[in-house]
Amino acid sequence: MTATPDAAQAAARQAFAPNWMARAGAVALAAYVVYAMGRLDITWARLVTGIGEAGRFLGRMWPPNFERWELLLEGMLESIQIALLSSALGILISLPLGLMAARNLSPAFLAAPTRAFIAICRSLHYVIVAILFVKAIGFGALAGVAALTVASMGFIAKLFAEAIEEISMKQVEAIRATGAGLGKVLLYGVLPQVASRFTGFCLYQLDSNLRNSTLVGIVGAGGIGGTLFAAFKRFDYDFVAAILLSIIALIFLAEIVSGRIRAAMR
Amino acid sequence: MSVSLSREWDRFTPQQRIGRWLVWLAIVASLVWAVRTVEIIPEFLADAPEQMADLLVRMWPPDLRHYHPAVHDALIETLHIATLGTLFSFVLAVPLALMAARNICRIPVLNGFAQLMLVSSRSVNSLVWALIFVAVFGPGAAAGTFAIAFRSVGFVGKLLAEAIEETAPGPVEALTAAGSPWGSTMLKGIWPQVQPAFWGIALFRWDINVRESAVLGLVGAGGIGVVLDDAINFFQWERVATVLLAILAVVIIAEIVVTRIRARLI
Amino acid sequence: MMPAQQGGSRGLVLRGLAKEYVPGKPVLRGIDLAIAPEGITAIIGPSGTGKSTLIRCINRLVEPTAGQILLNGEDLASLRGKALRLARRRIGMVFQEYNLVERLTVMENVLSGRLGYVSLWRAWLRRYPAEDIARAFELLDAVGLPEHATRRADALSGGQRQRVGIARALMQRPELLLADEPTSSLDPKTAVEVMELLARLTTAAGVPVIVNIHNVELAKRFAQRIVGMSEGQVVFDGPPEDLRPSHLQQIYGGEDWL
Repeated sequence: MTATPDAAQAAARQAFAPNWMARAGAVALAAYVVYAMGRLDITWARLVTGIGEAGRFLGRMWPPNFERWELLLEGMLESIQIALLSSALGILISLPLGLMAARNLSPAFLAAPTRAFIAICRSLHYVIVAILFVKAIGFGALAGVAALTVASMGFIAKLFAEAIEEISMKQVEAIRATGAGLGKVLLYGVLPQVASRFTGFCLYQLDSNLRNSTLVGIVGAGGIGGTLFAAFKRFDYDFVAAILLSIIALIFLAEIVSGRIRAAMR
Repeated sequence: MSVSLSREWDRFTPQQRIGRWLVWLAIVASLVWAVRTVEIIPEFLADAPEQMADLLVRMWPPDLRHYHPAVHDALIETLHIATLGTLFSFVLAVPLALMAARNICRIPVLNGFAQLMLVSSRSVNSLVWALIFVAVFGPGAAAGTFAIAFRSVGFVGKLLAEAIEETAPGPVEALTAAGSPWGSTMLKGIWPQVQPAFWGIALFRWDINVRESAVLGLVGAGGIGVVLDDAINFFQWERVATVLLAILAVVIIAEIVVTRIRARLI
Repeated sequence: MMPAQQGGSRGLVLRGLAKEYVPGKPVLRGIDLAIAPEGITAIIGPSGTGKSTLIRCINRLVEPTAGQILLNGEDLASLRGKALRLARRRIGMVFQEYNLVERLTVMENVLSGRLGYVSLWRAWLRRYPAEDIARAFELLDAVGLPEHATRRADALSGGQRQRVGIARALMQRPELLLADEPTSSLDPKTAVEVMELLARLTTAAGVPVIVNIHNVELAKRFAQRIVGMSEGQVVFDGPPEDLRPSHLQQIYGGEDWL
C-alpha cells in the first residue's frame, strides 16, 4: 500500500472532540477548593496539629465507659419512643396530606397550598425545628416528637404525593365507572398502586427518625442527645464513646430489621 | 362426585393472615408502650398551641437590618462548609466504594470492612461529628467542614458502591481480554458507566449538606448556626426570624441550582 | 480431513483442555486441537456444549481446570498476574454483545485496544502515540466507519458497533483473534457483512481466527476449517466440504431441523 496524501490528512483528522465545558469545570473546581480553604482558614499546619489532637482524642475515648448504663438506657429508650411516636403521627398525617397535594387527584386551589406547606416542613432542619418547639412548648420529649413529626410529614407526604402523581389514571377511572364513591375509589384505585412504595417511605422515615431522635436531645428535646451533649461538655470522652457505640448499634440493628422487612415485602 | 359449587376467595392464606396480624400487633404494642412511658407533662401539651402562637407573634416582623453583614457572611461561610465538605468526602468515599463493590473487589473481608466503615460514617450524625471535630480542631469552620465530610462519606460511598455494582460487566471483560491494566480498566471501563450517577450523588449530597451545615454552628462548628444560636440565647426573636428566612432562602436556591444542573447533566 | 498442523511453535495448540464449573460435571472434556497460524476456524455445536467456555479458556477469561494452551510455543495456562496481562495483549476478542463502552466515542473505544501498551496517565489525558491514532483511523476506514470517530458508541447500530469491536481487536496487532458468537445479535444481512469484513481484514493482516458460531451456513461459507463440538468433546474436525448431514445430526441431534 503506497503512502497517499490521505495519510497526511489522517493526521489532521480530529481524534477527539475536546470537551471545553468539562475542562473549564475541572479548573474552576480546583480553584474553588484553594479559595475556600483559604476563606475557612483550613491550612496544612492546622491539619497536622489536628491529626495529633485527633489521636489524643481517640485515646481518651478508649476504652468506652459503660458505668452509667442506666442513664444510657433511659436516654436510648426515650429516643426510641420519640422515634416511634413521631413516625406514627407523621404517617397518619401524611396520608391525607399527600392525597391533598397530588395534582392529579386534588383541585388546584387545594393542591398548591398543601404542596407549599409540605415544602416548608422540609426546608428547616429538624434541629432548628426542635429548638423552636423547645422554646415554645418546653423542654422534653414532647418537643422532640413534634419536631420529628414535622420532618416526617415533609418527607413522607412529598414522596407520597409524587407517587400518587405517577399512578395510572386508567385504573382510577375504571373504579369510578363502577359508580364507587370517593372513599372506594381511593381504596381500590389509588392505594393499591402506591401501597408498596408508601410502606418503603415509612420504613425509611422510621429509620431516619431513629437516627435523628438520638440527636434532638442536644437542644433539649429529649432522648440520649442530652446525655451525649452533657458528656461532651464535661470532657467525659469515654462515656461519649459508650453512647456513640450504643447509637451505632441501634441504627445498625434498625437497618437490618428494615432490610428484612423490605425483603419480606417483595 | 362432590364438587363444591361455591368457591371462596380468600385474599391471604392462613399463614399470611397470621403474619399480618402479628405485624399489626407489634406496631400497636410498641406505640402503646411509647405513649404510656414517654414523659410528657400534660400541662405543656395543653399549653402548646398557645405557646407556639406566642412565639410566632414575637418573630414578626423579622429584623431585616440584622442581615448585613452578620447573617450574610455567615451564610457564605455555611455554603463554603457545605461545598468543601462534600468535595472532601469523595477523597475517602471513592476508595471505600471501590472496596465495597463486590464486582471490583472480590475479597469478602475487604468488602465487609469497607461496608462497616461506610455504615459507621453515616450512623454518626453530622452534629455529633461536629462535636468531635470541635474537640479536635477547636471551634470554627474547619470543624464544620470535616464534620460534613466525614458524615457524607457513608452516604456517598454507599450509593457509589451500588452504582459500581450495577455497571455492565461486558466492557470490563473486553478491556481485560485486551490486556488492559487494572487502573486503565477502571478508568475507561467503569468510570464512564458511573459518571452520571457520580454527579447525581454529588449534587444530591451537596443539597442535603447545605441544610446540615446551617445547624453545625449550634455546637460551635461555624456557619450561620452560630448567629442563630446567639440570637436564640438572647431571645432576639426578630433576628431569629431573619436568620430562619435566610436559611430558607439559601435552601430553596440550592434546590433550584441542583435541579437545573441535573437537567443539563442528564 | 485437513491435516492439522502439528508441532512447530507457530499457531495455537490445545492439549487436554478441561473445565468443570461444578466438580463432577465437566463442560470441556480434554480438548486437543491445533490451530494453524492463519485462516478461520469455526466452532459449531448446540448451546451449552462448551463452545463459549472453550473460547474464553484460551485467553483465561474462564480458568481452565486442566490442560495446556500453547500460543506460539508459550503456555498461557501457567501465566499469572502481569505476565498473563501482557500475553492477553496478543489476543484480540470480538464479543456477541459488542462490549463497547457506550458513553465513550468510537475513537476511544478503538484505542482502548491499546490500553495494555500506554500508561494510565496517557490514557486519562488521551495522549495516545501518534502512530496509534493514525492506525486507528486506518482501521476505521477499513471497517467502513470513516466519519464516526467522534460519535458516541451508543449512537451506533448493532452492525456498526460490531465493526468498532473488530477495529478494537485489530488495534492490538494480535497474533490470534477470538470471536464469541459475533453475529448472533445481528440481522442476517448484517451478519454476512460483518463476517465478510472479519474474514477480509484478518486474512490481509495474517491473523488466525477462532470463531464460535451457531449458524452453520455462515460457518461453512467463511471458515476454512470446521470443528464440531458435542457435550464437551470434538466430534468433527475438517473442511466445510466434508461436513455432511450425518455429522450435523451427531453434533446437534434431532432430524427435523435439517
